[in-house]
Amino acid sequence: MKKVKCALIGSGNIGADLIYKIQRSPFLEPVWMVGIDPASEGLRRAAGIGLKTTAAGVDGLLPHILADNIQIAFDATSAYVHAENSRKLNALGVMMIDLTPAAIGPLCVPPVNLREHADRVEMNVNMISCAGQATIPIVFAVSRVQSVAYGEIIASLASKSVGPGTRANLDEFTYTTSSAIEQVGGARKGKALAIINPAEPPMLMRNTIYCLTDEEPDQKRISESIEEMIGEVRKYVPGYRLVNGPLFDGKKVAVFMEVSGLGDYLPKYAGNLDIMTAAATRTAEMFAEEILTGKIQLQPLKEAA
Amino acid sequence: MSENTLRGRKIILHDMCLRDGMHAKGEQISTEEMARIATALDDAGVPLIQVSHGAGLGGNSLQHGFAPHSNEEYWDAVIPRLKQAKASVLLLPGLGTMKELQSAWDHGVRSVHVATHCTEADTSPQHIAYARKLGMDTTGFLMMAHLNTPTGLAEQGKLMESYGAHSVYITDSAGYLLPEDVKTRVAALRDVLQPETEIGFHGHNNMGMGIANSLAAIAAGATRIDASVGGLGAGAGNTPLEVFVAVCERMGIVTGCDLFKLMDMAEEIIFPLMDHIVRVDRASLTLGFAGVYSTFLLHANRAAARFGIPARDILVELGRKKMIGGQEDMIIDTAMTMAKARGLLKETVAA
Repeated sequence: MKKVKCALIGSGNIGADLIYKIQRSPFLEPVWMVGIDPASEGLRRAAGIGLKTTAAGVDGLLPHILADNIQIAFDATSAYVHAENSRKLNALGVMMIDLTPAAIGPLCVPPVNLREHADRVEMNVNMISCAGQATIPIVFAVSRVQSVAYGEIIASLASKSVGPGTRANLDEFTYTTSSAIEQVGGARKGKALAIINPAEPPMLMRNTIYCLTDEEPDQKRISESIEEMIGEVRKYVPGYRLVNGPLFDGKKVAVFMEVSGLGDYLPKYAGNLDIMTAAATRTAEMFAEEILTGKIQLQPLKEAA
Repeated sequence: MSENTLRGRKIILHDMCLRDGMHAKGEQISTEEMARIATALDDAGVPLIQVSHGAGLGGNSLQHGFAPHSNEEYWDAVIPRLKQAKASVLLLPGLGTMKELQSAWDHGVRSVHVATHCTEADTSPQHIAYARKLGMDTTGFLMMAHLNTPTGLAEQGKLMESYGAHSVYITDSAGYLLPEDVKTRVAALRDVLQPETEIGFHGHNNMGMGIANSLAAIAAGATRIDASVGGLGAGAGNTPLEVFVAVCERMGIVTGCDLFKLMDMAEEIIFPLMDHIVRVDRASLTLGFAGVYSTFLLHANRAAARFGIPARDILVELGRKKMIGGQEDMIIDTAMTMAKARGLLKETVAA
């Protein structure tokens, strides 16, 4: 079957893990990996399994876009360079999946709003953050039953799974995730907390979701809605699991989740890496399916004057 | 450590009643109480007073509890009344942000503890640099310091210094360290940091070592000590400030604080304010013995009451699972998992 050809920008943990996810996809084919450090482990691995690589950044990729028919690019660099990468690639008709906290495009959590983005043929969608992907489905599962005044999430990540980019930019992570709890999760106010735990052996990614409902929570309907949502997420992240809850305490609903990864690039404790790359892959697949069936066509975006 | 070796040493005391003490009060201190405590501290000559939610900037949350007032309201109630003392705040990256730090500065806060777990200093460069840009007295605060080696702490402290920290703290969040452990950790920092970078120690009294540990820190080169009047703080409390000042007077260590005023303050203001006697008891001793974050104490007591698992069992399990500061959600989670294993809770809680 024909596949949509993809480029991966950024050769850190996320980029390296994405290669495995995309390779398994029936709709996507990884063709290029872009880095800035010729000595990077990610680029070396990519070359080893047959991808074309460049260490000259996005500019090293641009001359090959048309010849290699690249239609989707994943950006796992940093919020600071994403806008420029996106502008250059959109201009060539390449759709961008943004895994940085830049969030210049609409925020995407696949089981919540991917369909809408695909219908609108968005040329840039943002994957928020690992914590956002792991928790917003649950906030949404509560808010689709009854209104949520406040949603708060706590993500605990194994130290070994958190790369230098996230570490140096924790505020961006906080701002983007908090805002997505509101915009996508449906809580009127959102707050995100991140904890980096160095325990050995490394802990699996844990996420706690608290929602404050306006009225007394309908325990039965909320529990069913959460269970159904967990099933949706498990379709692309099999290691997404409810540990405890939902626990009802007045108007507070608490849900305690765990994410174990597939162990593709980093070991299973790095569920945070997996849920991000799996959600990005799921997103690309939906666009790819529709490109392949001719339902949608990507067009070059004219640069804003 | 003989009296002579420390005689004449000058140290800067930093009171924690109105930040760490918030934990001991379930985050419930009024603006009036804050103003009364802060003016008494100021009058007694304490040079630095930390004022905020117990978890610092961004602390108001379901995870850490909601205080009756915003940090801004507390600062506005306290800072205009200070004659000599400077107000400080705590910032944990991942919880507090630079926007909140800017607000602290705008409301008159002039010093900050930028706190990370003792192995994760590289999550603090943005915040330390921003504090320096604002013109704040900036501390890198290495929490749960018993979970890293002296050499490891020295490397982490060096990072914080490179981001711009004026001082680096050994923070015994679990009250686990013994004096010899403190001495080797402070000495390791002293070996690698620039001579102008100060070293501090923040203790908890869970093993009864607050004062002994602070003295060990000074002997090894620390010049900043966190303490709180009456020991009002998480777990068995911080190093009791008035007791520490009395010991310093006897040893000839210069604090610039008025002992009798602090004694009066502890007796007349702080002790009557306590909801429970902040002391070494079964649960707080468990924190120190098992190496668990002191703030977990009241959370564990509440989870114990709700799920029928003894607080000590929960705390020991949290220690075994190596949970760190900020993971308060894991207390309920752990209690629920233990309750299921003991047949006290059904698999599904939902009705």
